[in-house]
Amino acid sequence: MAFHAPIATGRSNTGIPTGRLAVWWLLASEVFIFGGLIASYLLHRLNNENWGEIAANTSTPAGALNTFVLLTSSLFIVLAHAASERKDIARTLKFIWLTIGCGGIFLVVKAYEYTTEISHGFVLTSNVFWSFYYTATALHACHVIAGMFIMWMISHDVKISKNLHRVELIGIYWHFVDLVWIFLFPLLYIAK
Amino acid sequence: MSQDAAHGNHDARYIKIWGILVVLLAISVAGPMLEIQVITLITAFGIAIVKALMVCAYFMHLNVEKRYIWYMLIISVAFMGIFYFGSAPDVMQGSGTQWKDCVLDKSCVPTNDMAKDSVNYGILR
Repeated sequence: MAFHAPIATGRSNTGIPTGRLAVWWLLASEVFIFGGLIASYLLHRLNNENWGEIAANTSTPAGALNTFVLLTSSLFIVLAHAASERKDIARTLKFIWLTIGCGGIFLVVKAYEYTTEISHGFVLTSNVFWSFYYTATALHACHVIAGMFIMWMISHDVKISKNLHRVELIGIYWHFVDLVWIFLFPLLYIAK
Repeated sequence: MSQDAAHGNHDARYIKIWGILVVLLAISVAGPMLEIQVITLITAFGIAIVKALMVCAYFMHLNVEKRYIWYMLIISVAFMGIFYFGSAPDVMQGSGTQWKDCVLDKSCVPTNDMAKDSVNYGILR
């Protein structure tokens, strides 16, 4: 039997490129992961009068800085996507690496926050607020790390002008990571 | 218009959207400083929704994406809503048909340690 290379990459009944469709399906499933977490948080938040006192110990400046960093990284990856569409390899790579850099800054700020909070005795088992806080932010940080790793892998292909459409795919994923943080920020840092 | 100019316009548009998002972030941080609950809710969550919609529309290009994707995402969020409202009564209320939250009415305090730690106990209901 003759070997046939996969042909799914360019075909789809929906009229949407298969890779992009797959990313959207992934994100639809992520809605349940983060949505479930946020919905549970909201239910407990609304049901506990003294929640605000315990939530008052998170650092709003650090959270705001991280929000700024992620918004900026979203700009960088969309500029990388725009550059990849016009096959400007140098500019695409530059913006991919800037996005990875922003991811790194985000993680450093998050690590600083964790260190401060843990040193003040606020750990995963302190109470339900801190359980939510560490679960949500650590899960989000895992997504940031995954996104940075995938971007690093894609950058190797970009260097040789291969699979440039993947810049758009990782971009969609990265914007979702930003989107989750946009909701986590007011929930964990502002609404005290 | 040349192709380069058109691309430059696209990039400038993305930078402009980013600028708006940063301004909205500043408002969402400054709003709660007034310590008025309604303003906190509007500036924190109202602006978060606006920022999220802007990221979806302009950065994720959902404004020009096919309807199939919209249906997929709307269904996901709708199921999330079902989960939310389905589980809300059990979490938000202290009793219901053939059940009651014994921790809430303090009739089943599990351990002495838990009772001593009033902060923890208040949250773990």
